[in-house]
Amino acid sequence: MSCEPGARGRLAALLAPPLLWLVLAYLGSLAILLLSAFWTTDPFTSDVVRTWTTDNFRDILTTPVYRTVALRTLGIAVAVTLLDAVLALPMAFFMARVARGRLRRVLLVAVLTPLWAGYLVKAYAWRVMLGEHGIVNAALAPLGLRGPGYGATAVVIVLAYLWLPYMILPVYAALERLPAHQLEASADLGAGTVRTLRSVVAPAVRPAILAGSVFTFSLSLGDYLTVQIVGGRTQLLGNVIASQVTLDLPLAAALSAVPVALIVCYLAAVRRAGALDSL
Amino acid sequence: MHLTRTARIVLGCVTAAGLALIYLPLLLVVLNSLNADGSFAWPPSGLTGEWWSRAVHSAGARDALWTSLRAGLGATAIALVLGSLAAFAVHRHRFFGRQTVSFLIVLPIALPGIVTGIALNAAFRTVLEPVGIGFGLFTVVVGHATFCVVIVFNNVAARLRRIAPSLAEASADLGARPWQTLRYVTFPALRPALFAGALLAFALSFDEVVVTTFTAGAGTRTLPIWIYENLARPHQAPVVDVVAAVLIGLSVLPVYVAQRLSSDPAGGRL
Repeated sequence: MSCEPGARGRLAALLAPPLLWLVLAYLGSLAILLLSAFWTTDPFTSDVVRTWTTDNFRDILTTPVYRTVALRTLGIAVAVTLLDAVLALPMAFFMARVARGRLRRVLLVAVLTPLWAGYLVKAYAWRVMLGEHGIVNAALAPLGLRGPGYGATAVVIVLAYLWLPYMILPVYAALERLPAHQLEASADLGAGTVRTLRSVVAPAVRPAILAGSVFTFSLSLGDYLTVQIVGGRTQLLGNVIASQVTLDLPLAAALSAVPVALIVCYLAAVRRAGALDSL
Repeated sequence: MHLTRTARIVLGCVTAAGLALIYLPLLLVVLNSLNADGSFAWPPSGLTGEWWSRAVHSAGARDALWTSLRAGLGATAIALVLGSLAAFAVHRHRFFGRQTVSFLIVLPIALPGIVTGIALNAAFRTVLEPVGIGFGLFTVVVGHATFCVVIVFNNVAARLRRIAPSLAEASADLGARPWQTLRYVTFPALRPALFAGALLAFALSFDEVVVTTFTAGAGTRTLPIWIYENLARPHQAPVVDVVAAVLIGLSVLPVYVAQRLSSDPAGGRL
Protein backbone atom coordinates (compact mmCIF):
# COMPACT_ATOMS: atom_id res chain seq x y z
CA MET A 1 0.00 0.00 0.00
CA SER A 2 2.86 2.34 0.69
CA CYS A 3 3.73 2.70 -3.00
CA GLU A 4 0.59 4.73 -3.77
CA PRO A 5 1.19 8.43 -4.18
CA GLY A 6 0.24 10.27 -1.02
CA ALA A 7 0.74 7.21 1.15
CA ARG A 8 3.87 8.74 2.61
CA GLY A 9 2.00 11.89 3.55
CA ARG A 10 -0.79 9.90 5.14
CA LEU A 11 1.70 7.78 7.04
CA ALA A 12 3.44 10.89 8.32
CA ALA A 13 0.14 12.42 9.39
CA LEU A 14 -0.82 9.24 11.23
CA LEU A 15 2.53 8.70 12.89
CA ALA A 16 3.53 12.24 13.79
CA PRO A 17 1.19 12.90 16.75
CA PRO A 18 1.80 9.64 18.67
CA LEU A 19 5.53 9.66 17.91
CA LEU A 20 5.94 13.29 18.87
CA TRP A 21 4.14 12.63 22.14
CA LEU A 22 6.13 9.54 23.00
CA VAL A 23 9.48 10.90 21.91
CA LEU A 24 9.03 14.34 23.48
CA ALA A 25 7.10 13.49 26.62
CA TYR A 26 8.52 10.07 27.29
CA LEU A 27 11.94 9.51 25.72
CA GLY A 28 12.77 13.14 26.43
CA SER A 29 11.98 12.67 30.11
CA LEU A 30 14.02 9.47 30.23
CA ALA A 31 16.92 11.29 28.57
CA ILE A 32 16.75 14.07 31.16
CA LEU A 33 16.74 11.43 33.90
CA LEU A 34 19.69 9.59 32.39
CA LEU A 35 21.58 12.86 32.00
CA SER A 36 21.05 13.72 35.66
CA ALA A 37 22.56 10.34 36.58
CA PHE A 38 25.91 11.86 35.57
CA TRP A 39 25.52 14.75 38.00
CA THR A 40 26.14 14.77 41.70
CA THR A 41 24.64 16.25 44.87
CA ASP A 42 25.95 18.57 47.48
CA PRO A 43 26.35 16.34 50.58
CA PHE A 44 25.11 19.08 52.92
CA THR A 45 22.13 20.58 51.10
CA SER A 46 21.12 17.59 48.90
CA ASP A 47 20.95 20.05 45.98
CA VAL A 48 21.85 18.71 42.56
CA VAL A 49 25.25 19.96 41.36
CA ARG A 50 25.62 19.91 37.59
CA THR A 51 29.16 18.67 37.24
CA TRP A 52 29.80 15.70 34.98
CA THR A 53 30.86 12.55 36.82
CA THR A 54 30.48 8.80 36.43
CA ASP A 55 30.82 8.25 40.18
CA ASN A 56 27.18 7.21 40.60
CA PHE A 57 27.54 4.34 38.15
CA ARG A 58 30.88 3.33 39.66
CA ASP A 59 29.28 3.27 43.12
CA ILE A 60 26.43 1.08 41.91
CA LEU A 61 28.76 -1.38 40.21
CA THR A 62 31.21 -1.62 43.11
CA THR A 63 28.88 -1.54 46.13
CA PRO A 64 27.96 -5.16 46.95
CA VAL A 65 24.63 -4.22 48.51
CA TYR A 66 23.29 -2.89 45.19
CA ARG A 67 24.22 -6.14 43.47
CA THR A 68 22.42 -8.12 46.20
CA VAL A 69 19.32 -5.95 45.89
CA ALA A 70 19.35 -6.17 42.08
CA LEU A 71 19.66 -9.97 42.16
CA ARG A 72 16.96 -10.27 44.82
CA THR A 73 14.62 -8.09 42.73
CA LEU A 74 15.33 -10.16 39.63
CA GLY A 75 14.68 -13.38 41.57
CA ILE A 76 11.36 -12.09 42.90
CA ALA A 77 10.25 -10.92 39.44
CA VAL A 78 11.08 -14.34 37.96
CA ALA A 79 9.33 -16.17 40.82
CA VAL A 80 6.19 -14.02 40.41
CA THR A 81 6.16 -14.66 36.66
CA LEU A 82 6.54 -18.44 37.06
CA LEU A 83 3.88 -18.59 39.79
CA ASP A 84 1.45 -16.61 37.62
CA ALA A 85 2.12 -18.81 34.60
CA VAL A 86 1.51 -21.97 36.64
CA LEU A 87 -1.75 -20.55 38.05
CA ALA A 88 -2.96 -18.98 34.79
CA LEU A 89 -2.47 -22.00 32.50
CA PRO A 90 -5.07 -24.36 34.03
CA MET A 91 -7.50 -21.50 34.71
CA ALA A 92 -7.26 -20.12 31.18
CA PHE A 93 -7.48 -23.64 29.75
CA PHE A 94 -10.66 -24.35 31.68
CA MET A 95 -12.20 -21.02 30.68
CA ALA A 96 -11.32 -21.35 27.00
CA ARG A 97 -11.74 -25.05 26.28
CA VAL A 98 -14.07 -26.51 28.90
CA ALA A 99 -16.46 -23.76 29.99
CA ARG A 100 -19.14 -22.79 27.47
CA GLY A 101 -21.50 -19.87 26.89
CA ARG A 102 -22.77 -18.24 30.04
CA LEU A 103 -20.28 -19.86 32.41
CA ARG A 104 -17.41 -18.64 30.24
CA ARG A 105 -18.70 -15.06 30.25
CA VAL A 106 -19.19 -15.12 34.00
CA LEU A 107 -15.66 -16.45 34.53
CA LEU A 108 -14.19 -13.73 32.30
CA VAL A 109 -15.99 -10.99 34.19
CA ALA A 110 -14.86 -12.63 37.45
CA VAL A 111 -11.22 -12.58 36.36
CA LEU A 112 -11.32 -9.01 35.01
CA THR A 113 -13.22 -7.34 37.84
CA PRO A 114 -10.38 -7.43 40.42
CA LEU A 115 -8.29 -5.28 38.05
CA TRP A 116 -10.61 -2.42 38.99
CA ALA A 117 -10.59 -3.07 42.71
CA GLY A 118 -7.56 -0.94 43.48
CA TYR A 119 -3.96 -2.01 43.77
CA LEU A 120 -3.39 -0.45 47.20
CA VAL A 121 -6.56 -1.80 48.71
CA LYS A 122 -5.70 -5.33 47.60
CA ALA A 123 -2.14 -5.06 48.92
CA TYR A 124 -3.45 -3.80 52.27
CA ALA A 125 -6.03 -6.59 52.38
CA TRP A 126 -3.11 -9.02 52.13
CA ARG A 127 -1.26 -7.16 54.84
CA VAL A 128 -4.24 -7.70 57.13
CA MET A 129 -4.50 -11.36 56.04
CA LEU A 130 -0.81 -12.09 56.58
CA GLY A 131 -0.59 -10.25 59.91
CA GLU A 132 0.10 -11.95 63.23
CA HIS A 133 -3.64 -12.27 64.02
CA GLY A 134 -4.72 -12.40 60.39
CA ILE A 135 -6.81 -14.98 58.61
CA VAL A 136 -3.82 -16.85 57.14
CA ASN A 137 -2.34 -17.68 60.53
CA ALA A 138 -5.82 -18.43 61.87
CA ALA A 139 -6.47 -20.87 59.04
CA LEU A 140 -3.09 -22.59 59.28
CA ALA A 141 -3.02 -22.85 63.10
CA PRO A 142 -5.11 -26.07 63.29
CA LEU A 143 -2.54 -27.71 60.98
CA GLY A 144 0.26 -26.60 63.24
CA LEU A 145 1.59 -24.26 60.55
CA ARG A 146 2.21 -20.53 60.37
CA GLY A 147 1.87 -18.12 57.47
CA PRO A 148 4.96 -16.61 55.87
CA GLY A 149 4.56 -13.33 57.78
CA TYR A 150 5.92 -10.16 56.18
CA GLY A 151 8.97 -10.65 53.97
CA ALA A 152 10.16 -11.76 50.53
CA THR A 153 7.72 -14.71 50.37
CA ALA A 154 4.81 -12.41 51.13
CA VAL A 155 6.01 -10.03 48.39
CA VAL A 156 6.03 -12.88 45.84
CA ILE A 157 2.54 -14.03 46.87
CA VAL A 158 0.99 -10.56 46.79
CA LEU A 159 2.64 -9.51 43.51
CA ALA A 160 1.58 -12.79 41.88
CA TYR A 161 -1.92 -12.12 43.19
CA LEU A 162 -1.99 -8.57 41.83
CA TRP A 163 -0.74 -9.41 38.34
CA LEU A 164 -2.54 -12.76 37.81
CA PRO A 165 -5.30 -11.32 35.55
CA TYR A 166 -2.60 -9.85 33.28
CA MET A 167 -1.34 -13.41 32.68
CA ILE A 168 -4.73 -15.16 32.43
CA LEU A 169 -6.06 -12.79 29.78
CA PRO A 170 -3.51 -13.30 26.96
CA VAL A 171 -3.28 -17.06 27.64
CA TYR A 172 -7.06 -17.31 27.54
CA ALA A 173 -7.21 -15.36 24.27
CA ALA A 174 -4.58 -17.63 22.68
CA LEU A 175 -6.33 -20.82 23.79
CA GLU A 176 -9.70 -19.52 22.70
CA ARG A 177 -8.40 -18.75 19.21
CA LEU A 178 -6.95 -22.25 18.80
CA PRO A 179 -9.19 -23.89 16.16
CA ALA A 180 -10.94 -27.06 17.35
CA HIS A 181 -10.10 -28.85 14.09
CA GLN A 182 -6.38 -28.53 14.84
CA LEU A 183 -6.90 -30.42 18.07
CA GLU A 184 -9.08 -33.00 16.27
CA ALA A 185 -6.50 -33.40 13.52
CA SER A 186 -3.87 -34.04 16.15
CA ALA A 187 -6.07 -36.71 17.73
CA ASP A 188 -6.86 -38.22 14.31
CA LEU A 189 -3.16 -38.49 13.64
CA GLY A 190 -2.90 -40.64 16.75
CA ALA A 191 -1.60 -38.12 19.28
CA GLY A 192 -2.65 -38.61 22.88
CA THR A 193 -3.63 -35.76 25.14
CA VAL A 194 -0.08 -35.19 26.35
CA ARG A 195 1.34 -35.18 22.83
CA THR A 196 -1.36 -32.76 21.63
CA LEU A 197 -0.69 -30.48 24.58
CA ARG A 198 3.01 -30.48 23.79
CA SER A 199 2.89 -30.21 20.01
CA VAL A 200 -0.26 -28.17 19.32
CA VAL A 201 -1.30 -26.28 22.45
CA ALA A 202 2.14 -25.33 23.77
CA PRO A 203 3.34 -23.53 20.61
CA ALA A 204 0.11 -21.51 20.55
CA VAL A 205 0.33 -20.61 24.23
CA ARG A 206 4.05 -19.79 24.43
CA PRO A 207 3.83 -16.28 22.87
CA ALA A 208 0.82 -15.53 25.06
CA ILE A 209 2.72 -16.49 28.21
CA LEU A 210 5.59 -14.30 27.09
CA ALA A 211 3.16 -11.44 26.46
CA GLY A 212 1.69 -11.87 29.92
CA SER A 213 5.16 -12.12 31.41
CA VAL A 214 5.97 -8.64 30.07
CA PHE A 215 3.45 -7.38 32.61
CA THR A 216 4.20 -9.75 35.49
CA PHE A 217 7.98 -9.42 35.12
CA SER A 218 8.30 -5.70 34.56
CA LEU A 219 5.57 -4.68 36.99
CA SER A 220 7.28 -6.79 39.69
CA LEU A 221 10.72 -5.47 38.82
CA GLY A 222 9.80 -1.88 39.59
CA ASP A 223 7.31 -2.31 42.40
CA TYR A 224 8.01 -0.68 45.73
CA LEU A 225 4.62 -0.09 47.35
CA THR A 226 3.76 -3.76 47.82
CA VAL A 227 7.22 -4.26 49.26
CA GLN A 228 6.56 -1.42 51.70
CA ILE A 229 3.21 -2.91 52.64
CA VAL A 230 4.00 -6.62 53.05
CA GLY A 231 7.77 -6.87 52.59
CA GLY A 232 8.84 -6.32 56.18
CA ARG A 233 12.46 -5.28 55.96
CA THR A 234 12.92 -6.61 52.41
CA GLN A 235 14.44 -4.02 50.07
CA LEU A 236 13.99 -4.18 46.30
CA LEU A 237 15.34 -1.93 43.54
CA GLY A 238 12.16 0.15 43.56
CA ASN A 239 12.51 0.88 47.28
CA VAL A 240 16.14 1.85 46.96
CA ILE A 241 15.29 4.23 44.12
CA ALA A 242 12.30 5.67 45.99
CA SER A 243 14.34 6.27 49.13
CA GLN A 244 17.06 8.10 47.16
CA VAL A 245 14.78 10.36 45.09
CA THR A 246 14.66 13.20 47.58
CA LEU A 247 18.10 12.61 49.09
CA ASP A 248 20.23 12.08 46.02
CA LEU A 249 18.39 12.38 42.71
CA PRO A 250 21.47 11.65 40.55
CA LEU A 251 22.04 8.38 42.41
CA ALA A 252 18.34 7.50 42.08
CA ALA A 253 18.60 8.24 38.36
CA ALA A 254 21.66 6.02 38.01
CA LEU A 255 19.91 3.25 39.96
CA SER A 256 16.91 3.56 37.62
CA ALA A 257 19.15 2.54 34.77
CA VAL A 258 19.36 -0.98 36.26
CA PRO A 259 15.66 -1.98 35.90
CA VAL A 260 15.46 -0.06 32.62
CA ALA A 261 18.37 -2.05 31.20
CA LEU A 262 16.90 -5.34 32.47
CA ILE A 263 13.47 -4.61 31.00
CA VAL A 264 14.76 -3.37 27.65
CA CYS A 265 16.77 -6.63 27.35
CA TYR A 266 13.71 -8.63 28.32
CA LEU A 267 11.46 -6.80 25.85
CA ALA A 268 13.99 -7.29 23.08
CA ALA A 269 14.14 -11.02 23.82
CA VAL A 270 10.36 -11.30 24.00
CA ARG A 271 9.95 -9.34 20.78
CA ARG A 272 12.21 -11.78 18.96
CA ALA A 273 9.83 -14.52 20.07
CA GLY A 274 7.01 -12.53 18.45
CA ALA A 275 5.14 -11.99 21.67
CA LEU A 276 4.66 -8.22 21.44
CA ASP A 277 2.19 -8.80 18.60
CA SER A 278 -0.01 -10.98 20.77
CA LEU A 279 0.01 -8.55 23.66
CA MET B 1 -7.90 -33.84 21.76
CA HIS B 2 -10.29 -35.53 24.12
CA LEU B 3 -10.26 -34.43 27.74
CA THR B 4 -11.27 -37.14 30.14
CA ARG B 5 -13.98 -36.46 32.68
CA THR B 6 -11.38 -36.50 35.42
CA ALA B 7 -9.25 -33.90 33.61
CA ARG B 8 -12.27 -31.61 33.22
CA ILE B 9 -13.15 -31.95 36.89
CA VAL B 10 -9.57 -31.30 38.00
CA LEU B 11 -9.34 -28.21 35.77
CA GLY B 12 -12.67 -27.00 37.10
CA CYS B 13 -11.51 -27.42 40.68
CA VAL B 14 -8.24 -25.57 40.02
CA THR B 15 -10.18 -22.71 38.41
CA ALA B 16 -12.64 -22.58 41.29
CA ALA B 17 -9.79 -22.57 43.82
CA GLY B 18 -7.99 -19.84 41.85
CA LEU B 19 -11.10 -17.67 41.78
CA ALA B 20 -11.70 -18.27 45.48
CA LEU B 21 -8.15 -17.09 46.13
CA ILE B 22 -8.72 -14.03 43.91
CA TYR B 23 -11.91 -13.09 45.74
CA LEU B 24 -10.91 -13.89 49.32
CA PRO B 25 -9.01 -10.60 49.86
CA LEU B 26 -11.78 -8.63 48.13
CA LEU B 27 -14.39 -10.26 50.35
CA LEU B 28 -12.27 -9.35 53.34
CA VAL B 29 -12.24 -5.71 52.20
CA VAL B 30 -16.04 -5.68 52.05
CA LEU B 31 -16.27 -7.40 55.43
CA ASN B 32 -13.82 -4.98 57.02
CA SER B 33 -15.87 -2.03 55.78
CA LEU B 34 -18.55 -3.36 58.16
CA ASN B 35 -16.20 -4.57 60.90
CA ALA B 36 -17.01 -2.91 64.23
CA ASP B 37 -13.38 -3.29 65.29
CA GLY B 38 -11.48 -0.65 63.35
CA SER B 39 -8.19 -2.54 63.51
CA PHE B 40 -9.51 -5.51 61.48
CA ALA B 41 -8.83 -8.20 64.09
CA TRP B 42 -9.96 -11.63 62.95
CA PRO B 43 -12.69 -12.77 63.57
CA PRO B 44 -14.73 -9.53 63.53
CA SER B 45 -16.34 -8.66 66.87
CA GLY B 46 -19.47 -7.19 65.32
CA LEU B 47 -20.91 -5.28 62.39
CA THR B 48 -21.39 -1.53 62.05
CA GLY B 49 -22.61 0.92 59.44
CA GLU B 50 -20.51 3.72 60.91
CA TRP B 51 -17.75 3.56 58.29
CA TRP B 52 -20.28 3.69 55.47
CA SER B 53 -21.93 6.83 56.78
CA ARG B 54 -18.52 8.38 57.40
CA ALA B 55 -17.44 7.56 53.85
CA VAL B 56 -20.57 9.15 52.40
CA HIS B 57 -19.75 12.37 54.25
CA SER B 58 -16.03 12.34 53.50
CA ALA B 59 -15.26 15.43 51.45
CA GLY B 60 -11.70 14.19 50.85
CA ALA B 61 -12.90 11.00 49.21
CA ARG B 62 -15.44 12.89 47.07
CA ASP B 63 -12.88 15.44 45.86
CA ALA B 64 -10.38 12.70 45.13
CA LEU B 65 -12.97 10.72 43.17
CA TRP B 66 -13.76 13.81 41.08
CA THR B 67 -10.06 14.45 40.41
CA SER B 68 -9.56 10.81 39.42
CA LEU B 69 -12.53 10.90 37.04
CA ARG B 70 -11.22 14.04 35.33
CA ALA B 71 -7.67 12.69 35.11
CA GLY B 72 -8.93 9.37 33.75
CA LEU B 73 -11.17 10.99 31.15
CA GLY B 74 -8.42 13.35 30.00
CA ALA B 75 -5.82 10.61 29.72
CA THR B 76 -8.28 8.28 27.97
CA ALA B 77 -9.21 10.94 25.41
CA ILE B 78 -5.56 11.59 24.53
CA ALA B 79 -4.80 7.87 24.47
CA LEU B 80 -7.76 7.20 22.15
CA VAL B 81 -6.48 9.68 19.58
CA LEU B 82 -2.78 8.80 19.77
CA GLY B 83 -3.32 5.04 20.12
CA SER B 84 -5.72 4.85 17.16
CA LEU B 85 -3.44 6.93 14.93
CA ALA B 86 -0.46 4.72 15.77
CA ALA B 87 -2.49 1.56 15.20
CA PHE B 88 -3.60 2.77 11.75
CA ALA B 89 -0.03 3.72 10.86
CA VAL B 90 1.42 0.37 11.89
CA HIS B 91 -1.40 -1.64 10.36
CA ARG B 92 -1.87 0.17 7.05
CA HIS B 93 1.73 0.91 6.17
CA ARG B 94 5.00 -0.96 5.91
CA PHE B 95 7.87 1.33 6.80
CA PHE B 96 11.34 1.31 8.19
CA GLY B 97 11.27 1.29 11.98
CA ARG B 98 7.73 -0.15 12.18
CA GLN B 99 8.82 -2.62 14.87
CA THR B 100 10.49 0.19 16.79
CA VAL B 101 7.22 2.10 16.93
CA SER B 102 5.38 -0.75 18.62
CA PHE B 103 8.35 -1.19 20.95
CA LEU B 104 8.28 2.51 21.84
CA ILE B 105 4.55 2.35 22.56
CA VAL B 106 4.91 -0.60 24.95
CA LEU B 107 7.85 0.95 26.77
CA PRO B 108 5.95 3.37 29.07
CA ILE B 109 3.91 0.54 30.58
CA ALA B 110 6.79 -1.92 30.72
CA LEU B 111 9.25 0.35 32.53
CA PRO B 112 8.71 0.61 36.28
CA GLY B 113 6.28 3.29 37.40
CA ILE B 114 8.89 4.81 39.63
CA VAL B 115 11.29 5.32 36.70
CA THR B 116 8.54 6.85 34.57
CA GLY B 117 7.49 8.92 37.57
CA ILE B 118 10.85 10.44 38.42
CA ALA B 119 11.71 10.92 34.73
CA LEU B 120 8.49 12.89 34.13
CA ASN B 121 9.01 14.76 37.38
CA ALA B 122 12.52 15.82 36.32
CA ALA B 123 11.31 16.77 32.83
CA PHE B 124 8.35 18.81 34.09
CA ARG B 125 10.60 20.67 36.48
CA THR B 126 13.15 21.51 33.78
CA VAL B 127 10.73 22.24 30.93
CA LEU B 128 7.27 23.17 32.22
CA GLU B 129 7.96 25.04 35.44
CA PRO B 130 10.13 27.73 33.79
CA VAL B 131 7.18 28.56 31.47
CA GLY B 132 4.83 28.81 34.44
CA ILE B 133 3.05 25.45 34.25
CA GLY B 134 3.16 23.91 37.72
CA PHE B 135 2.36 20.39 38.89
CA GLY B 136 -1.33 19.62 38.94
CA LEU B 137 -4.09 17.88 37.04
CA PHE B 138 -2.47 18.73 33.71
CA THR B 139 0.81 16.99 34.55
CA VAL B 140 -1.10 13.97 35.89
CA VAL B 141 -3.04 13.71 32.62
CA VAL B 142 0.16 13.93 30.57
CA GLY B 143 1.75 11.18 32.66
CA HIS B 144 -1.27 8.89 32.52
CA ALA B 145 -1.86 9.40 28.81
CA THR B 146 1.72 8.29 28.11
CA PHE B 147 1.15 4.80 29.46
CA CYS B 148 -2.51 4.55 28.38
CA VAL B 149 -1.65 4.85 24.66
CA VAL B 150 -0.48 1.24 24.52
CA ILE B 151 -3.86 -0.09 25.68
CA VAL B 152 -5.83 1.67 22.95
CA PHE B 153 -3.13 0.80 20.42
CA ASN B 154 -3.30 -2.92 21.26
CA ASN B 155 -7.08 -3.05 21.07
CA VAL B 156 -7.37 -1.11 17.81
CA ALA B 157 -4.44 -2.91 16.17
CA ALA B 158 -5.87 -6.32 17.08
CA ARG B 159 -9.24 -5.34 15.60
CA LEU B 160 -7.73 -3.87 12.43
CA ARG B 161 -5.90 -7.15 11.84
CA ARG B 162 -9.25 -8.94 11.81
CA ILE B 163 -11.25 -6.59 9.57
CA ALA B 164 -11.23 -8.12 6.08
CA PRO B 165 -9.51 -5.72 3.63
CA SER B 166 -12.21 -6.68 1.12
CA LEU B 167 -14.70 -4.58 3.10
CA ALA B 168 -12.82 -1.36 2.45
CA GLU B 169 -12.19 -2.40 -1.17
CA ALA B 170 -15.89 -3.08 -1.70
CA SER B 171 -16.65 0.33 -0.24
CA ALA B 172 -14.20 1.98 -2.65
CA ASP B 173 -15.60 0.00 -5.59
CA LEU B 174 -19.05 1.28 -4.74
CA GLY B 175 -17.68 4.80 -5.08
CA ALA B 176 -17.05 5.79 -1.47
CA ARG B 177 -14.34 8.34 -0.87
CA PRO B 178 -11.65 7.34 1.67
CA TRP B 179 -13.22 9.37 4.49
CA GLN B 180 -16.64 7.86 3.71
CA THR B 181 -15.15 4.37 3.97
CA LEU B 182 -13.59 5.38 7.28
CA ARG B 183 -16.85 6.86 8.54
CA TYR B 184 -19.29 4.16 7.39
CA VAL B 185 -17.20 0.97 7.18
CA THR B 186 -14.02 1.05 9.26
CA PHE B 187 -15.24 3.08 12.22
CA PRO B 188 -18.35 0.96 12.96
CA ALA B 189 -16.17 -2.16 12.84
CA LEU B 190 -13.67 -0.53 15.20
CA ARG B 191 -16.18 0.81 17.70
CA PRO B 192 -16.10 -2.18 20.10
CA ALA B 193 -12.30 -2.12 20.15
CA LEU B 194 -12.26 1.62 20.79
CA PHE B 195 -14.74 1.13 23.61
CA ALA B 196 -12.80 -1.72 25.20
CA GLY B 197 -9.52 0.17 24.82
CA ALA B 198 -10.99 3.33 26.35
CA LEU B 199 -12.43 1.41 29.26
CA LEU B 200 -9.21 -0.42 30.08
CA ALA B 201 -7.16 2.76 29.65
CA PHE B 202 -9.50 4.53 32.04
CA ALA B 203 -9.21 1.67 34.53
CA LEU B 204 -5.44 1.81 34.32
CA SER B 205 -5.40 5.56 34.95
CA PHE B 206 -8.00 5.29 37.69
CA ASP B 207 -5.87 2.86 39.71
CA GLU B 208 -2.42 4.35 39.13
CA VAL B 209 -0.44 5.42 42.19
CA VAL B 210 3.27 5.65 41.51
CA VAL B 211 3.48 7.90 38.45
CA THR B 212 0.73 10.03 39.99
CA THR B 213 2.76 10.50 43.19
CA PHE B 214 5.57 12.08 41.18
CA THR B 215 3.46 14.14 38.76
CA ALA B 216 0.60 15.42 40.93
CA GLY B 217 2.21 18.07 43.09
CA ALA B 218 0.92 18.99 46.52
CA GLY B 219 -2.65 20.08 45.85
CA THR B 220 -3.85 17.38 43.46
CA ARG B 221 -5.20 14.24 45.06
CA THR B 222 -6.49 11.36 42.95
CA LEU B 223 -8.44 8.58 44.59
CA PRO B 224 -5.47 6.17 44.86
CA ILE B 225 -3.39 8.95 46.42
CA TRP B 226 -6.18 9.62 48.90
CA ILE B 227 -6.33 5.90 49.65
CA TYR B 228 -2.56 5.78 50.13
CA GLU B 229 -2.64 8.69 52.55
CA ASN B 230 -5.57 7.32 54.54
CA LEU B 231 -4.86 3.59 54.73
CA ALA B 232 -2.10 4.13 57.24
CA ARG B 233 -4.32 6.21 59.55
CA PRO B 234 -5.97 4.01 62.18
CA HIS B 235 -9.50 5.41 62.01
CA GLN B 236 -9.54 6.08 58.30
CA ALA B 237 -8.65 2.58 57.07
CA PRO B 238 -12.23 1.21 57.40
CA VAL B 239 -13.50 4.25 55.46
CA VAL B 240 -11.02 3.39 52.71
CA ASP B 241 -12.43 -0.15 52.73
CA VAL B 242 -15.91 1.30 52.13
CA VAL B 243 -14.62 3.24 49.11
CA ALA B 244 -12.88 0.10 47.85
CA ALA B 245 -15.99 -2.03 48.38
CA VAL B 246 -18.06 0.44 46.38
CA LEU B 247 -15.48 0.45 43.57
CA ILE B 248 -15.39 -3.37 43.47
CA GLY B 249 -19.17 -3.45 43.24
CA LEU B 250 -19.36 -0.77 40.54
CA SER B 251 -16.55 -2.28 38.47
CA VAL B 252 -18.59 -5.36 37.51
CA LEU B 253 -20.73 -3.14 35.31
CA PRO B 254 -18.13 -1.70 32.89
CA VAL B 255 -16.31 -5.05 32.69
CA TYR B 256 -19.56 -6.80 31.80
CA VAL B 257 -20.55 -4.18 29.23
CA ALA B 258 -17.11 -4.24 27.60
CA GLN B 259 -17.21 -7.99 27.43
CA ARG B 260 -20.67 -8.00 25.80
CA LEU B 261 -19.83 -5.29 23.27
CA SER B 262 -16.34 -6.37 22.36
CA SER B 263 -15.76 -8.83 19.57
CA ASP B 264 -12.58 -9.83 21.32
CA PRO B 265 -13.23 -13.01 23.29
CA ALA B 266 -11.55 -11.60 26.35
CA GLY B 267 -13.44 -8.30 26.23
CA GLY B 268 -10.40 -6.26 25.29
CA ARG B 269 -6.68 -6.47 25.49
CA LEU B 270 -4.34 -5.10 28.07
